[in-house]
Amino acid sequence: MDSALIPKGVKRCPFWQFALFIGIAGIIALWGVYAMFLCWFKALNQTNMNDYYGFALWIWADLAVIALGGGAFFSGFLKYVVGKDELKNIINYAVLIGFICYSSALLILAIDIGQPLRGWFIFWHANVHSMLTEVAFCLSCYFAVLTIEYIPLILENRQIDKIPFFHNLSHNMHAIMGVFAATGAFLSFFHQGSLGGVAGVLYGRPFAYREGLFIWPWTFFLFTWSAAAYGPCFTLTLTKLIEKVTGKKLVKDNVIDLLAKISGWMILTYMVAKLIDTLYWGAVLTPQAGFRFADFYSNNAFYGQWILFLELFLGGIVPAIILTNKNMRQNSTLLTLAIILGCVGVCTNRWAMVCQVMAVPVLPFEQWQLYIPSWQEVATTILPVAYGAILIGISYRYLPVFPQERELNPIDGVASIELDDAHAEQGKLQPALA
Amino acid sequence: MFPFCFEWAWDMSHIVFMGGLWYALSIIGAGMTWCILKTINDTMKADDTSHH
Repeated sequence: MDSALIPKGVKRCPFWQFALFIGIAGIIALWGVYAMFLCWFKALNQTNMNDYYGFALWIWADLAVIALGGGAFFSGFLKYVVGKDELKNIINYAVLIGFICYSSALLILAIDIGQPLRGWFIFWHANVHSMLTEVAFCLSCYFAVLTIEYIPLILENRQIDKIPFFHNLSHNMHAIMGVFAATGAFLSFFHQGSLGGVAGVLYGRPFAYREGLFIWPWTFFLFTWSAAAYGPCFTLTLTKLIEKVTGKKLVKDNVIDLLAKISGWMILTYMVAKLIDTLYWGAVLTPQAGFRFADFYSNNAFYGQWILFLELFLGGIVPAIILTNKNMRQNSTLLTLAIILGCVGVCTNRWAMVCQVMAVPVLPFEQWQLYIPSWQEVATTILPVAYGAILIGISYRYLPVFPQERELNPIDGVASIELDDAHAEQGKLQPALA
Repeated sequence: MFPFCFEWAWDMSHIVFMGGLWYALSIIGAGMTWCILKTINDTMKADDTSHH
């Protein structure tokens, strides 16, 4: 039915199967859209946010998808600026994931501000003393960069590519993609950092407050570092997932291994910095603020030291050890475990820096404030997942996302047709050669 | 926000923040403008060649 749109030389599932997948994801997305409109039309009383929780599930989801989407900027930086050319075989997918993550982050912010029609105020009436203004600027600009990086992939669709203007546009955009990738890396460095900076400058919240370098608390650098370290883990996790779903190998092992190795060393160095930060915070900053380390992890029903164990050990040290060790990294099961744990680790970090910060009592008469999101918050947080599944499904079906797919999954029929074409070409040439 | 807006102040915060935004937007805008102009040029050249 849609075979004219499917890239040459690859096999896709029947259309009804694809339509069923899109339909199921679409129903989930519609549930999220319904909750989104409830939040817009009936206001934020639809959520369980309150005076304690100005930041809640949405901001955690926002920070988490931005960190996980960091694979796009870091892979782009490695390919176009550092010159790791092997990554060209996974960069399209990294860009697609980044595009989904950043558009989701902007969508979540559009719901969170309550009145999206006033979203442009942050640009026109900018509060130049706020780190969040810088985050908004860089997020928007980087989303524009990701869109520019995604457009050439769309233009490479079999039918669109036949139009000379689009064919040339795709070629010219590829030619200067390095400029866009470098701009994206610059923008990402600042907005990832400023998201961490927001927590680090909360001097009234000893759980998050950190010292730093000039105006930037250490959390600024830790957030940027962790996004660059863990972002590729998410790219690899989704690559493994799509390979499992399609039952095909889509990226060669050397490409996976390279990205996993770089991610592993980034996680290892990040963990050294993070452990120093945690020890200094626990041993020096916490007593200075009149607290004991245990105060942040006791006398409540949810936040125990398990969260620290999950973030630093299971989500940090374990993936760092696996990914930096060649033998362990080349074991498929261990690799999958490490990249999934990496994603869990960075999401746990963002949860602690958003929700645990709000939960910890800071005054003697306060209690722990635990928070359970409303269904509207849950639905709008699941919305980006459904949207992501739809976009990945459509892109995978109609666009050449994985350049190595044809080589890794040859189709007999196509291969023989191509062989016949080649013979025909040879046949034409033979008289001239003779 | 532009310097002609009533909220504008010629201080370091405004210059750095807004300057950074315009700088990034300029690079993105100039890059895309170059791509589109070159594409128009390439496409027209190809058309000319095919007519002959």
